[in-house]
Amino acid sequence: MSASIIQIQGLNVAYGNQRAVRDVTVDIPARQITAIIGPSGCGKTTLLRSISRLVELTEGVQVWGQVVFEGQDVYSAHVDVTDVRKRIGLLAQRPFPLPMSIYDNVAYGPRLYGIHKRETLNAIVEKQLRAAGLWDEVKDRLRAPALTLSIGQQQRLCLARGLAVEPEVLLCDEVTSALDPISAQRIEGRLLELKADYSIVLVTHILRQARRLADYVIFMYMGELIEHGPANQVFHRPQQEKTRAYLEGEFY
Amino acid sequence: MNRKHLEERFFLGLMIAAMVIVIGSLVMILGTVVVKGLPALNLAMLTQVPRGGYYLGKEGGILNAIAGSLALAGGATLLSFVFSLAVALYLQNFIAGSRWVHVVRLSLDVLWGVPSIVYGAFGFTLMLFLGLGASLLGGIIALTLLELPIMARAMDEVMSMTPFELKEASYALGATRLETAAKVMVRQTMPGLLTALLLGFGRGIGDAASVLFTAGYTDRLPTSLLRPVASLPLAVFFQLGTPIPQVQERAYASALVLTMIILAISLTARLLAQRLTRHVIR
Repeated sequence: MSASIIQIQGLNVAYGNQRAVRDVTVDIPARQITAIIGPSGCGKTTLLRSISRLVELTEGVQVWGQVVFEGQDVYSAHVDVTDVRKRIGLLAQRPFPLPMSIYDNVAYGPRLYGIHKRETLNAIVEKQLRAAGLWDEVKDRLRAPALTLSIGQQQRLCLARGLAVEPEVLLCDEVTSALDPISAQRIEGRLLELKADYSIVLVTHILRQARRLADYVIFMYMGELIEHGPANQVFHRPQQEKTRAYLEGEFY
Repeated sequence: MNRKHLEERFFLGLMIAAMVIVIGSLVMILGTVVVKGLPALNLAMLTQVPRGGYYLGKEGGILNAIAGSLALAGGATLLSFVFSLAVALYLQNFIAGSRWVHVVRLSLDVLWGVPSIVYGAFGFTLMLFLGLGASLLGGIIALTLLELPIMARAMDEVMSMTPFELKEASYALGATRLETAAKVMVRQTMPGLLTALLLGFGRGIGDAASVLFTAGYTDRLPTSLLRPVASLPLAVFFQLGTPIPQVQERAYASALVLTMIILAISLTARLLAQRLTRHVIR
């Protein structure tokens, strides 16, 4: 296995008394697509969101354990959470463009980090809209409200917005589940291209999608990590009975 | 006809009656003000200050009260807006989920219900303490206290309708709470914020009791924060209190002017809000 970019060690996440993630220890490989699979409610989204500390936005959440990102535990006291989130981006389930124009959506992140020069912003916006495969469709109406785009286009806009702060890791939370099949296919295509430059962690409940995209697979059940390994191995020679049963569709 | 149908008819009747009362009151109020005030309304009234003997029916106008009211309500609305926005953003983004939120919301609700004469009296005490006399500044302070809870609660309400995912999208890019509040929430809720502003302004410009002691009254135009100013509600009150029919008519004309100002500001705010909704995420 290639070098890992994130090492999750003994991670637990609890909402009140409800433990959503139990003692998860796993390494996330760099520049590959890692798919977290498992039945709904198994804690895969929580695990994903705890990587960039987005779980902390939920009230009453408790996290213990470590998420080591490039040698540093993101939960350690002296780490700046905004820095973590800049370097570990998120693409959410449903596209939520910010209440501004297409251009300003992509420029939002760079502006947070003090980039205000028009030419620099123009270059970033074009580059990232191209990377998200949206440029040709919007280049003539960059000033239009983001809301005028179709849902599929909005999701690609959100991708461009996330890429614009140049993260190293991209967290994807069931990113195609709100989209039509063609839009979903486009997003999948983008992700396959982007893995050359980014480490991608993808939560999905669609097994076929995981098979299409994943290089590495993490299977979770009831908050626990049951099995993880290279996609080929997990899909074709699962070591655990639970994994085999899930892959064969015995439960969802 | 069975019982259920009778019940339905009965309550339907009640609802229609309630609606007729609401719309009827509005029409009658506007009607009275227009019918009684319009004949007395003329250009001189809008462009002149009271001259000698104005309150006995001689020449002059209520420009002092128009300018005074705009200065009072404008100043108070501006101040309240700044404070309310801060309060609402704080409630929504910084202490959401803590016990303090409930304390602050309850306080605002109680303040909302406090009669305006109490704000007037409180403002008056505060001014005595500060050594201020009846003045534009005093009036602005009293009206700010009056408008603040209305605006803050209205803003808090619209902001609480911001989808969580929208905030999350901003945080996920590494934005701080302040950046998310200022750049995303404010833009998202702009039309609602404008409505809140309008609510506050309407309450402020129409209130007589809170400015009675704090702003005083004068026949001059407002020139200084530390001198008394006139206001439209008090102009209505004083003119209606005279025994001279001609002056009483002017009271209605003054009320008409007040209504027109509020109407004009409402319409402008609506138009603005419509233009601002084009970016709002639903």
